Amino acid sequence: MPATRAPRAVRTSSGAALALTAAAALTAVTGCAEKSDAKASDAIAVTASDTACEVSAERFPAGHVKLAVENKGAKVTEVYLYAPGDRIVTERENIGPGTTADITAEVKPGSYEIACKPGMKGDGIRQKVTATGEGAPKKRDPRLDAAVAEYRKYAQAQADETLPLVRVFTDAVAKGDVAGAEKAYAPSRIGWERTEPVAESFGDIDPKVDLREDGLEKGQEWTGWHRLEKALWQDGKIGAAEKELAGTLVKDLADWQRRVGKADITPTGMANGAKELLDEVATGKVTGEEERYSHTDLVDFKANVEGAQKSYELLKPVVSANDPALVKELDAQFTALNGLLDKYREDKGSYEFTSYDKVGEADRKELSDGVNALAEPLSKLAAAVAK
Amino acid sequence: MRDEATPEAPVPGGPAADQLGADRPRADRPAPEQTAAEQTAAAGASPSRRSLLGWGGAGLALGAAAAGGAAAALGGGSGTQNVASEGAAVPFHGEHQAGIATPVQDRLHFAAFDVTTKDRTALIALLKEWTAAAAAMTAGRPVGEGAVGGLPEAPPDDTGEALGLKPSRLTVTIGFGRTLFVKDGEDRFGLKSQLPEALVELEKFPGDALDPARSGGDLCVQACADDPQVAVHAIRNLSRIGFGRAAIRWSQLGFGKTSSTTPGEQTPRNLMGFKDGTRNIAGTDAPALRKHVWVSDKDGPTWLAGGSYVVTRRIRMRIEPWDRTSLKEQEDIFGRTKGEGAPYGRRRERDEPDLKAMPATAHVRLAHPDSNGGATILRRGYSFTDGTDGLGLLDAGLFFIAYQRDVRTGFVPVQRSLARADVLNEYIQHVSSGLFAVPPGVRDRGDWWGRALFEATERNAS
Repeated sequence: MPATRAPRAVRTSSGAALALTAAAALTAVTGCAEKSDAKASDAIAVTASDTACEVSAERFPAGHVKLAVENKGAKVTEVYLYAPGDRIVTERENIGPGTTADITAEVKPGSYEIACKPGMKGDGIRQKVTATGEGAPKKRDPRLDAAVAEYRKYAQAQADETLPLVRVFTDAVAKGDVAGAEKAYAPSRIGWERTEPVAESFGDIDPKVDLREDGLEKGQEWTGWHRLEKALWQDGKIGAAEKELAGTLVKDLADWQRRVGKADITPTGMANGAKELLDEVATGKVTGEEERYSHTDLVDFKANVEGAQKSYELLKPVVSANDPALVKELDAQFTALNGLLDKYREDKGSYEFTSYDKVGEADRKELSDGVNALAEPLSKLAAAVAK
Repeated sequence: MRDEATPEAPVPGGPAADQLGADRPRADRPAPEQTAAEQTAAAGASPSRRSLLGWGGAGLALGAAAAGGAAAALGGGSGTQNVASEGAAVPFHGEHQAGIATPVQDRLHFAAFDVTTKDRTALIALLKEWTAAAAAMTAGRPVGEGAVGGLPEAPPDDTGEALGLKPSRLTVTIGFGRTLFVKDGEDRFGLKSQLPEALVELEKFPGDALDPARSGGDLCVQACADDPQVAVHAIRNLSRIGFGRAAIRWSQLGFGKTSSTTPGEQTPRNLMGFKDGTRNIAGTDAPALRKHVWVSDKDGPTWLAGGSYVVTRRIRMRIEPWDRTSLKEQEDIFGRTKGEGAPYGRRRERDEPDLKAMPATAHVRLAHPDSNGGATILRRGYSFTDGTDGLGLLDAGLFFIAYQRDVRTGFVPVQRSLARADVLNEYIQHVSSGLFAVPPGVRDRGDWWGRALFEATERNAS
């Protein structure tokens, strides 16, 4: 994770930055507009019931689009407009039985899906629709769209599972329970570490929750996990400021949880994100800089590798066809690095790893060699996806 | 940087590549098969790739920028064309590896590697890839598909910092350490039967303060060039190719040659200010090289014929105390004058030394073949300065490199003699050590580093 602001700036040529750029471009054209230029007659009627999701037009011109939703079912529903890879273009929750709702969005030419979710859960009942117009992107390999959708689900699940673990941590901080907070610290970070490139693509959340002291700009307030890490391990006490910051951490991470669905994730972005996770390991964890007070670096290390492996596994069907030799190499190197990490925990099902200050120079060199061995072929994944 | 005005620009993999001669300028190096215009067109005409990149048009922007960047980079070639012979290429293929008897260049990057794979096939593949990369780089070409013009989504094969630089007489020389053949009793790659007798475990000499992490290694690569960036580029790219199969164990930069194989030139000085290598074996002295440097068919093992053995020693100098030593004492320690470099009792540098005229503990006397049963080695060392240590003292000295036919009759007797009595020991300390068997030269494009060794062990390995 970004130790300082500088490394993040340097990364502008890489995947997360690419995703960020694309996301920035999209903010202008997504979301609910306050004033609607669309005439009522142009609206696409979406009739939701407990078993169906009917749309009045499967093709409509790109631009300002209005969905006129009517819930004829017995359950409360929600309606989503998804871009490929299940990126949420716009959504409306809590549409009660017998009620209507208008949803508007600026939509670019391309393929989309409208989903009604009776009972407000699951993937919903889907209808494929097309926004017509010049400049529609070429259709992607559907296997890649599926990979992105699966990865988004994974990222969302990581955020969903992280919040309760964060609350265990922050509740202990709020109670002034140093030992309890120390125990809950590393587990609270695993989901974040697994999917960090997604969180980083939002730009604003990462510096609030995961900045290290050396990354602070002049006058910037230090918040987030590492501030609390220092208070716990270095100072050994929890003050009023820390208790307040614990609340802020939950709030900021809840923001992350809400925004995962809208993150602009692409297949190459996933591949580059996997490579970036290994970069994180190489620059922050192997060196012991990331968790310099708690020495829980190997927990982050493992989570980074798991997140990278998830992206890779989801892209593998496509990569196997495009570059079978790369798949063989990556399989071998993931196995090797995971095997190396297993040496530092008693139980392979647990995230109790050896404290990194107990890992000697020769062992750190071995870990570093393992990271290089995996990161080098992983840097070729994006091209193999794009072939 | 392709120069389109050079119609004979070599084609990678083409038949002319071997003859990339002494006057081939690095400005030609990428020598792509396509013209710049074709490459630009190709980069811009891959809609399937572009369409993957994003939804907001950022993908298109990236594609366009990459295409433009490639065009700009390729178009810049004409400005850097240089056909001067200085900085020329040293032929990679030959009976012996270049970098031993060939003229000593100004700069060094030396690296020792641990082989991290346990798979003999993967090791062979690595040696083949390294051979191809070394052949390209010594000819002034980038490795693989180059540093620019490839897929925008992929990191380039070549790291790019040598683009536009001349070949700079780059030589890349490989050696095999004892641990490649047997490590902790284990024959990892089926090579143990071919372990050369002379590839011994070097004894501990009095005064040695060796750092194990900075000593030994399964493989070594010596990259020498007149341009430091070219030498570093070579090690960096080989290291990158090696990830997952070999990892750098330690490496050393050297900034100034301390010995030459060209006696006609001015003798270089070491960091103690003395001329070094006055009596070194000349690269043109074929009988001396045969006698003292090249392993012969009869020496065995067969795969090593035409090869050599290289010893490396990182010798830290106690610079500050040395600088406070009187001129008289400095000269007594070496047995030569500091200015001219004349041996004691003689007038000119190249006069035959009279060992009896020197103090019994003088460095030159103790190191002389006559004091060591005729032991003669080809020295090819470099001065180094790795900044300063925590006490503010220069971390500087000599990275000693010596080639010989048999270390047991070469470096070992000389070092025994020096370690026992040399008064210079008060001002130096050996902190790293390496010994590697250096295979013979790569004959042609079908050959590769270590081929004969691996062929000789094919049956054992199965």
